[in-house]
Amino acid sequence: MAKIKGTIVVDKEQCKGCEVCTTACQFKCIGMSKEVNGKGYRYAISVNDDCTGCTNCAIVCPDGVISVYRAKIDSQ
Amino acid sequence: MMENIISPENLVYTKTKLMTDKALSYCPGCGHGVVHRMIMETVDEMGIQDKTIGIAPVGCSVLAYDFMNVDMQQAAHGRAPALGTAIKRLMPGKYVFTYQGDGDLAAIGTAETIHCCNRGEDMVMIFINNAIYGMTGGQMAPTTLEGMPSSTSPYGRDVARMGYPLRITEMVAPLAGVYNCSRHSVHTPAAVRKLKRAIRKGFEAQADKKGLTFIEVVSNCNSGWKKTPNDANKWMEENLFPYYPIGDIKIDGKMVA
Ligand SMILES: Cc1ncc(C[n+]2csc(CCOP(=O)(O)OP(=O)(O)O)c2C)c(N)n1
Ligand code: SF4
Ligand SMILES: [Mg+2]
Repeated sequence: MAKIKGTIVVDKEQCKGCEVCTTACQFKCIGMSKEVNGKGYRYAISVNDDCTGCTNCAIVCPDGVISVYRAKIDSQ
Repeated sequence: MMENIISPENLVYTKTKLMTDKALSYCPGCGHGVVHRMIMETVDEMGIQDKTIGIAPVGCSVLAYDFMNVDMQQAAHGRAPALGTAIKRLMPGKYVFTYQGDGDLAAIGTAETIHCCNRGEDMVMIFINNAIYGMTGGQMAPTTLEGMPSSTSPYGRDVARMGYPLRITEMVAPLAGVYNCSRHSVHTPAAVRKLKRAIRKGFEAQADKKGLTFIEVVSNCNSGWKKTPNDANKWMEENLFPYYPIGDIKIDGKMVA
């Protein structure tokens, strides 16, 4: 059976840690890093495997730092 | 594992190339960045990068020309609609949009706003209403809500002395030159997608010489409101949306609200 899987890639140096993406994700896939980036912000990280690649997080990101990938995965 | 789907053919969203690589000067969580990107995605999808000219305001988005990779001019405070008019009339084949805050568009630039709308210039006016002068330190704007604190109304806007919050979008909507007029937000994915459709409609209307499209975006100013971005968005829903209701006001020349 084919399943839709997604994942995000965050440009962690450009992320300002605003956390708007964390509320936009209906599957609570995004949390914040423990360490900070070069600007001193905690940055968005994916925290589970539930991403469907819906792009909601990336669309509301003010700085456009999230890229989203989506693929059909054949699972048994 | 997830990593194996990260390849170009699976990429479904990334920042449009029409946004430059320059880090946005906006505070974390500020809606300005999303609106910039939705304009640029529209320009990208319509294939009109070399035919588009934007006008930057005075306000936090004064540097918009650094972030949007199209030709841009920066206007004196409030004068973006006048500059946009000049550019559109000299180069009628171009797509012209203005980008202004509430202090710029609804205070110092009120006359330019109203007359540009009334003339029905074939352009798109984008109006970011965060109910405050963000750039200069959160002073009261014409749009500041009754009772809302700002740095120049620390005990809240007292309408008896300071007047009522101005709904300039409802004022310009009935003008004959205005073809589309709507109010949006960018704090949820659905709202952002709606805004983008409105921008597209506005760009198409100006190509068809139908008149002016006026798009208000009720947005957050986390720094001015002294709230975290998510709290600011919640506060915006609870306080700004009742006074500035989201939705279409005029579509294809007909009032709908
Ligand atoms: C002629 C003139 N008067 C006043 C100012 C000071 N000033 C700079 S930005 C601004 C208000 C900006 O507020 P708004 O348009 O709401 O933009 P925001 O920063 O909130 O996005 C003012 C009054 C100026 N630059 N020029
Ligand atoms: S001061 Fe307000 S409007 Fe300006 S960038 Fe910061 S949050 Fe945005
Ligand atoms: Mg403002």
